Formats: sequence, structure tokens, C-alpha cells
Amino acid sequence: MELLLSIMIGSLYASGIYMLLRRSMVKMIIGLILLGNGVNLLIFLLGGVSKGKPPILSAKLENFADPVPQALILTAIVISFGLQAFAIVLVQKVYEVLKTDDLDMIQKLEGDL
Amino acid sequence: MNETILFLPILLQLATAVLILFFWNHIQSQKLISIFSNLATFFLAGLLLFAPAYSESMFVQAGNWMPPFGISIVADTLTKVMVALTSIVGLAVSVYSYVGIGNSRARYGFYPSFHFLIMGLMGAFLTGDIFNLYVWFEIVIISSFVLVSLGADKERLQASIPYVSMNLLASVIFLTGIGILYGLTGSLNMADLSIQVANIENRSLVQVCAVFFIVGFGMKSAAFPLYFWLPSSYHTPPSAIASLFGGLLTKLGIYALIRVFTLIFIPDFALSTLLEWIAVLTLFTGAVGALIQTNLRKMFSYIIVCHIGFMLAGLSLHTNTSLTGTIYYLIHDIPAKANLFLIAGLIYRLTGSYYYKDMGGLQKSHPLLSFITAVALFSVAGIPPLSGFFPKIFLFRSSLYLSDPLTVSMILASFLTLFSFAKMWKEVFWKEHPTGKELNMNFTPSQWIFTMLPILFLLAISLFIGLGAEYITKIAQTISGEILDPNIYIDTVFPKGGSF
Repeated sequence: MELLLSIMIGSLYASGIYMLLRRSMVKMIIGLILLGNGVNLLIFLLGGVSKGKPPILSAKLENFADPVPQALILTAIVISFGLQAFAIVLVQKVYEVLKTDDLDMIQKLEGDL
Repeated sequence: MNETILFLPILLQLATAVLILFFWNHIQSQKLISIFSNLATFFLAGLLLFAPAYSESMFVQAGNWMPPFGISIVADTLTKVMVALTSIVGLAVSVYSYVGIGNSRARYGFYPSFHFLIMGLMGAFLTGDIFNLYVWFEIVIISSFVLVSLGADKERLQASIPYVSMNLLASVIFLTGIGILYGLTGSLNMADLSIQVANIENRSLVQVCAVFFIVGFGMKSAAFPLYFWLPSSYHTPPSAIASLFGGLLTKLGIYALIRVFTLIFIPDFALSTLLEWIAVLTLFTGAVGALIQTNLRKMFSYIIVCHIGFMLAGLSLHTNTSLTGTIYYLIHDIPAKANLFLIAGLIYRLTGSYYYKDMGGLQKSHPLLSFITAVALFSVAGIPPLSGFFPKIFLFRSSLYLSDPLTVSMILASFLTLFSFAKMWKEVFWKEHPTGKELNMNFTPSQWIFTMLPILFLLAISLFIGLGAEYITKIAQTISGEILDPNIYIDTVFPKGGSF
């Protein structure tokens, strides 16, 4: 299970960074989304993967899953969701005003050094 | 009041932001609430820093959950100094934006975002938990996204794309580092991490984790080679916002680097060399980048990058003297850079443009402004007895013995900074005003007051940091001694000694 998760995380990071380097702004946002998912899975993996145990510590239940990574991942998902929402609306507005989706063309419009 | 005063900087700003949201349509009330709230934060920060009742390092647990499981708010001297500097810049920007931010921007949520930003900064400086640091970083960056793209016209949007994407990437890298750190140690509390990281056998994985933190925080503090988002984006927002960014956001990255690399990771030879070369290249490329600029604010942006190199240099050498230099540089740099951008805004108001070719003759028409600008520029360039000079003494004193490349690049960077400023002075103040362009002389008295007051306030703070160098050196040496000995921090959070 850990091996599968590691391969999954590696491919998410790789594809995320690949998409970040594309020329289109939409692909860049998709790259950031993929990276965000990769890091969430990484926290999940590093928190200790266990099968079917509840995240509760009690007198009766000795086996428990670590609740802290679950909290970290939830927080990270919510934060990245908010940031991605902003980024998508920003890209939409950029397309509306600058009439281009091409990151190289944005730099050409700048004019000075 | 006991330790719960530590929650107050954060809660005060949160309350202000929420209160301002209720006055969404009354811009005048928003402005007044903002100024009063920042004034209150300024006095609170002064109280925290100087009152004898709060002179010890303090900590408080959020929700009274015990460390290392609960979130700690820790205030040692470094934190208190950073909170004080943030409140100073926040107050100056608040007063400046009374006239500096037009009603159209203010109508679309400038003031709430501004206060959320300050709240995020206060939280980031006060927290003692590394995931909480991540959360406060995100609050800061999302408020800054709103501020940098406010207006949504062509220039703002062109700048916001590199800014947004690079900051999001830096957050992801930083979160990766946190994840690895949690996997290695099982803890998120900085004091606990400090104890546990030293005992891990798998040193290479610790090394990798440290590099993730260097890259993540380095990107946020505009270190080489990932600083290019800064000159692409800091020259477009209105001057109040640019001053806020230039004075505080990169220094947040430097603070995080100092905290992580003195408390959690102790840099060994490989990491120190990496940090040293990053510092050398930042100094060099930032200074050279500033040479060729013809836009005033772009030149100032490259100067920000260049001077980040000074702070990284002190951090990489990791001795008592060099860390004193870094801390002193941080104290000097925050008001100085904020002041530079406010002055740039004033020059824009007078001449109508940020480009050198449209400016000139300001010395003849505004001698007092020229004098003030000269003092601010000399302070940044490092001329004694102004504030930029004294941290360099400590930095040079340690780098002369330990690292030749750093010494050379620091000398070069100082000289090139002075050269860029001399070039700017010639273009903006000495040369004749280009004919056909009128100086905008019709300021109302209230515009003059609200523009000059924050500039003079920041200048006074800067002069105090320079002329009162003996006092600031004592503070910087106290901080340097505190951060070089992690046991002081650990004993603050775990008073009985040892982790849970």
C-alpha cells in the first residue's frame, strides 16, 4: 500500500510540475491543483497508513489511527481549495482583459525591463 | 494581564477586519477604524516589547491544550520585535492610504484585506507550531493576492499572475517539508521538533526536509534563483500596498528561515554552504538588476532582493556576530523599505509617472522632500550614522573571518546600491524637468498631511534605529543569544523540562 501511494504521489508531483511549465495559464492552474493533491497524499502517507482503525483513543480501543495527519490534510485541502478558487477567477479575468491565455504573450505586453 | 495578552494582536486585527466589513459602503468610517485600530496595535506592540511585566519569554496554549499536542503561541524577543515592526509599518500604511487609496479600490475591500494581512503576519510571528505557521502564511498570501490584483486592470493583472503562481508553488513546497517533518518526528510543535530532530538517525532525510524548507521559504523571501516574481509584481500595486509588501512580506520569509534554521535544523556544512552561495548570488544579481532599471519602483524592488542577501548571509554564517547582524538588518530594513515605496508614491503624485524620463528638477522645486528622500536613501545604502550602517559592521566582522565570497559580494552590493541610488538621484532630483510636463502642485493640505506624516514617522523610526544604535545592538544581541541556544525556547514551552 505504501509503495502504491509513493508511486501515486511521485506521479502527481511530476505531472503537476510538468503542467506548471506549460505555456497556457489554465494548464498552470491545473498543475498547481495536481501539486496540491500530491502534497495532501504525501501527508497522508507520512502519517502512517493503517487499515480500518478509528482515530479515537479510548480505554478499550488500543489500535487507533493517528488523527493529526487527517486534520492536517483537511486543513490543507480547504486552504488550497480557497486559493485555487481565487486563482481560477483571476485567470478568467486575465483572459477577459488581456485577451490571451499564453503566458509568454503576457510578458511581451509589459514593455519595459 | 498575563500571557493571554499574546492573543491580543491577532484578535484585535481580526475584530477590526470584521468591523470594517460591516461598514462596506462607508469608506470614511473604514479609514478611521483602520487608523485607530493600527494605533492601538502599535501601542500594544510597544507594551509587549518594553513593559517590564512582559520582558520574559511568554507562551500560551490555544484552548489550553498542553504542548506538544496543542498549538503554542510563543513570544520571545524576536517575535516581539517583529510584531512591533509590523505594527509600525501597518500604522504608516494605514495613515498613507487615507489619501493614497482611491475610493474605487477602497470600495472593493482594500481595508478588510489589509487587516487580514496584518492579522496573518501577527499570527505567523507569534505562533510556535509549524503547521499553524503554514496556515498563517496562507492567510497572508491570500490577502496579498487580493491586494495585488485590486483594480483588475491590465497592469495589475499582468503582475498578479507571476505573484500568485510563485507564491502558491512556494506554499506547496513548504507544506511538503512539513509533511516530511511530521512523518519523521510525529510532532508539529516547534520546541518539540527542536528536541526530536536532533535525535533522528536518518540524517539524509532530515537534510532533504531542510532543503524543502530552504526552497519554500527562500521563494517567499525572494532569494536567488527564485526571486523573479518580485520585480515582476511589486512595481504595480498602489504605493500604500507596495510599501506594505516591500516592508513586510519578504521579511516574513526571512523570519521563518531564521526560526526554522536556528531552532529546528542546525545547518551543517552542506546546508551552510548552500545558504552562503544563495546569499552571494542574491546580493550580486539583485544589485546588478537594480542598475539597469528606468522605473523607480522596479529599481526599489531589485534593491529589496539585493538586501535580502545581506540577511541570508548572516544566517548562513551562523555565529553570534553574524546573527546579530541579520537581526539588526531585519530591524533596519522593514521601516526603511516601507518608507522607500511611500516616497516613490509621493514622487508619482508630484510628477505623474514612475519612469525616470518623465521626472526631473525635484530638488529645485521641493528641497525639503529632497532632503527627506536623501536621508531615506542614505539609510538604505548604509552610510553612517544612519541605520543601514551598523548591521553591516556585524556582518562584515563575521564574514571577513569565515567567508571571502560573502565579503566580496556584500561590498559589491553596498557599492552598487549606492550607485543605483546616485543614478536615481540624478534622474529624479538633479536633472532639469523635461519640458512640456507640468509638476502637479495642487495638493490639498489634508493630502500633504496624510502623505508626509507616515513618511516622517517611518523616517523618525529609521533615524532612531540608526542614531540609537547602542540600544538596538543590545536588542539584536539579546535576540541572537536567544536563538542560538534553542534550550531557551524549549524551556519556555516546556517549563518542567523535557517533552511530554
